[in-house]
Amino acid sequence: MLTAPQLSYSLLAPILIVLGGALLGVLVEAIVKKGSRAAIQSTIALGTIVLSFAFLWRVHGQTSRTAAVGSVSIDGAGIFIQGTILVLSFIAILFIADTDNFAAQASAIPGSQEERLALETGKQQTEIFPLTLFAVSGMLLFPIASDLITLFVALEVLSLPLYLMAGLSRRRRLLSQEAALKYFLLGAFSSAFFLFGAAFLYGYSGSMSLDGIASAIAANSANDVFLLIGIAFLSVGLLFKIGAVPFHSWTPDVYQGAPTPITGFMAACTKIAAMGATLRIFYVAFGQAEWQWKPIILTIAILTMIVGGVAAISQRDVKRMLAFSSIAHAGFLLAAVLALNTDGLKGALFYLATYGFTTLGAFGIITLVRDSSGEVTDLNRWVGLGKKSPLTAGVFTLFLLSFAGIPLTSGFVAKFALFTGAYESGNTVIVVVGVLTSAITAFFYLRVVVMLFFTDSKSESVSVVIPSIMTRLAIAVCAIITIVLGVAPSLLLNTAQTFATFIR
Amino acid sequence: MTTSHNLVYLIALPLVSAAILLLLGRIADKWGHLLATLVSASTFAIAAIEFFSMRSRSGAARPAMQDLFTWISVGSFNVHASLLLDQLSICFVLLITGVGTLIHIYSIAYMSHDHDRRRFFAYLNLFVAAMLLLVLGDSYLNLYVGWEGVGLASYLLIGFWNQKPAYAVAAKKAFVANRVGDIGLSLAIMISFAQFGSVSFSGVEAGVPHASKAALTALGAMLLLAAAGKSAQFPLQSWLGDAMAGPTPVSALIHAATMVTAGVYLITRSHFVFDASPTAQTMVLIVGGITLLFGALVGTAKDDIKKALAASTMSQIGYMILATGLGPIGYAFAIMHLLTHGFFKAGMFLGAGSVMHGMNDEVNMRRYGAIGKVMPITAVTFGLGYLAIIGVPPFAGFYSKDKIIETAFNAGGSKGIIVGGAALLGAAITAFYMTRVIVLTFTGTKRWDDQVHPHESPSLMWIPMVILAVGSVASGFLFNSGHALVNWLAPVVNAAGHEEGKALMQPMTVSLLALGVVAVGVSIAILKYRTVPVDAPAGNILTKIVRRDLLQDDFNDRVLVRPGQALTNFFVRMDNSFIDGIVRGVGGIVAVSSTNLRKIQNGYVRSYALIMVVGVLALLTTIWMVTL
Repeated sequence: MLTAPQLSYSLLAPILIVLGGALLGVLVEAIVKKGSRAAIQSTIALGTIVLSFAFLWRVHGQTSRTAAVGSVSIDGAGIFIQGTILVLSFIAILFIADTDNFAAQASAIPGSQEERLALETGKQQTEIFPLTLFAVSGMLLFPIASDLITLFVALEVLSLPLYLMAGLSRRRRLLSQEAALKYFLLGAFSSAFFLFGAAFLYGYSGSMSLDGIASAIAANSANDVFLLIGIAFLSVGLLFKIGAVPFHSWTPDVYQGAPTPITGFMAACTKIAAMGATLRIFYVAFGQAEWQWKPIILTIAILTMIVGGVAAISQRDVKRMLAFSSIAHAGFLLAAVLALNTDGLKGALFYLATYGFTTLGAFGIITLVRDSSGEVTDLNRWVGLGKKSPLTAGVFTLFLLSFAGIPLTSGFVAKFALFTGAYESGNTVIVVVGVLTSAITAFFYLRVVVMLFFTDSKSESVSVVIPSIMTRLAIAVCAIITIVLGVAPSLLLNTAQTFATFIR
Repeated sequence: MTTSHNLVYLIALPLVSAAILLLLGRIADKWGHLLATLVSASTFAIAAIEFFSMRSRSGAARPAMQDLFTWISVGSFNVHASLLLDQLSICFVLLITGVGTLIHIYSIAYMSHDHDRRRFFAYLNLFVAAMLLLVLGDSYLNLYVGWEGVGLASYLLIGFWNQKPAYAVAAKKAFVANRVGDIGLSLAIMISFAQFGSVSFSGVEAGVPHASKAALTALGAMLLLAAAGKSAQFPLQSWLGDAMAGPTPVSALIHAATMVTAGVYLITRSHFVFDASPTAQTMVLIVGGITLLFGALVGTAKDDIKKALAASTMSQIGYMILATGLGPIGYAFAIMHLLTHGFFKAGMFLGAGSVMHGMNDEVNMRRYGAIGKVMPITAVTFGLGYLAIIGVPPFAGFYSKDKIIETAFNAGGSKGIIVGGAALLGAAITAFYMTRVIVLTFTGTKRWDDQVHPHESPSLMWIPMVILAVGSVASGFLFNSGHALVNWLAPVVNAAGHEEGKALMQPMTVSLLALGVVAVGVSIAILKYRTVPVDAPAGNILTKIVRRDLLQDDFNDRVLVRPGQALTNFFVRMDNSFIDGIVRGVGGIVAVSSTNLRKIQNGYVRSYALIMVVGVLALLTTIWMVTL
């Protein structure tokens, strides 16, 4: 006789609630009249996130640490990352709620009669909210999944909605749809590698769980070639999502083409979820085999930092510039994978949280800078913005300084904490390269600051739209957190310290 | 040690008030000065309550402590933001809040015609908050925050009328001179961290017995440098005279009564360092001795009433520093002189402000004369301050200054005779230049133009002056009766009570000697200034040198400024040609690689997929090579 598996619903509740909210959103999309849909959808989405966070709060004190028959591990680092993702998606939804950024009808061909009609009649579909929630549910599962199948399912659950969302930009539809297609094709390509790697690892260890793989490595009885190929292929899938070189090529194109609020959401939340999963896999499953994979990850980290930093310099589009900057940051984060100690993990957790807020805020500002035909992302046209809109330019400067890691912003403390962990574990090379590339990245961030404030505008006018109350709130929160965590980092650093554990 | 929960309000209230006044801007113009004064008065009330509750406790329970939060926690290095109110800091807290409140009240009237009165009061509140933090911090690092805060407030207030370039320059000069001292303080903090692993007063004190003499001397020297910067002591004295550019209430509060005495506080607070290092202690003596004579000499030649008072401040603080260099017993007398000086010098500065107020902001004493008749209250309060500073019994300065001279003589050997002689000579010169100020300003014949109509100042201005005058009369007697202050401070500075006996000179002898030289100084001044030319006579070479502040600025300019500028120019040229060359070269390489990297990013999915495949192959190759 079969018994039903113990799922431990209370531990899974945060994820299940988000999924439920997403399904509810689908129903609303079908039933509710168009006029009131946007308000209801955004309320549902925000409420779902809050509720999920409340349940996550309850979970963090519970004693049972695995759920769904051991395929999910609920531990400190997992909960910290989940919490960060929830808070950041809340803010991201505030940006997304400004539906002016999205296509009226996803199915309409760009420039077609249908689309024009939909725009004129003010018909606006709001499936973006349930899609966001679906993606969030995948992101919540990804960093806590502790077997390869669950990992793969989570990866797909978070990716599929993102492919769609990238194509929903209201303006420059062709660019947006092209980005979506590229993201999908390359994403599918990398997923295949991931799956292939999982198969090799199963072949090596006879187990799908991270714990089982770790035990097999410790026993050291099986064929090493399978393990190494498995590690390499699995890494491809993860490194693709993080945006590490040489699996980064999609990043600038997709970041540029996607609607800006979605870009912010992807840059912050996807990176955090993928980084969380990467950290778990390397710390829990591959920790014993560090001598085999460390040279590879080191090479990739160095390449990522250098390519991200150097390529960003010649970018003329602010979204592309931030895309390369996010690649460079991915390189910094890989230092935590190499550190393989509690300090490194703590640094990574703190880094992910602060980077998420700063990134969301920066992309939020980009949505505000527009001309008559929509957002202006050409940096040459941002020249002199500091004189016209000192507040907007000032806040953007704050975010850039944080990216660059200037003291008194959260970015500085994050880099410091991260590199300290890596240094103490003996990875001096990556720290040296990291600090040098930080100097390179500081160049292009500061160049934008100079453009904003110290160069006289000669091009035609670009205006800053008055943001809606939600956008204003979201940007303010991001800015305040960026400053507060720069001045009083111990507020979050101590939390990260207590949460920096993985269980097996 | 008692735990208190109210200390933080001493700092928070004025800080919040300053923030409100600065952030609200013109909206707060109507009531800003009232809020600031009210806040200052309430800090005084808190201070008074804390004082009486401290008196009601006894022994080791007297000091109060409030732990606010963990400020820095790195490995084994922990700094708490904690406040410590002990017998020493309560003296300062009462002085700062008490005199501060009087000066707030005075300023309401004094600044009533100023367009920016609200901003002025915001800065005053900021100063009060920073100064209180300075004296309440329980570690050198906490003190440092206050130290920099008062420096900022001082800079802002000296340059309050920065529309005049000379005033802005004066503010900058004060800032730079203070910076030099601040480097001393930051080095002292680093030394204590390196030596003791702690930067709190108690931690350093506990570590002193185990430290080497050299380290203690270095620490003491750096603390002395810091004190010299903040307290305008030789060789960093040059900024104080120019600091008189600020509004007169500022001169009274910051540049006479409180901030400039921070150096005395620092040395007294660090008594354990100086007690353990005779070399550092001797350096303190030398600095104090030189400055007290330097200031007194400069004071003899100043025609600007505020600059004369500023020179006097420098000289009086020289006395205090000298006293701190005399060992355990000297600390209490330094603090006593500091407190009495706070009363009489602030009172005289307010008096000077009152005169300027009536004389259309004229500061040249040669254009005063016979003001006593038209401004009787100002003349009387100023006169009481005068009697206090020259040390006539039973006024405040008599007790505090005589104690210092006496202790100096009793320091023993040739040291005692030199130091005591300097202090005595200083007293004579003080009597001369202060009498000169009185004679030039309040007596004689009127030398002002007919369109000037001097008049007594409004009550808001003279009431604080009267209160301070009462302090100038009575405070010395109060502090000295039954060695009240000495006994009060004894637990903090480790002074084992007042010892008498093996003295070189009996107190009575010292007092008579001091009164004798004071009488000489006064007589010379009265005789010399029976007639006063409106334009200063040319004077001989010595007079000219003294008028130029003993060439302090010429010295700084020749020895520091010009070589410094030459060095800067050299570095600028190096930077432009050599270093920039390297940077441009590297930048060029980066830019070229960036442009090339851009070409790979061609937008074709097939290329991207190919890059990924190449990446995977590279990965596999690397692994293969690693495992070989």
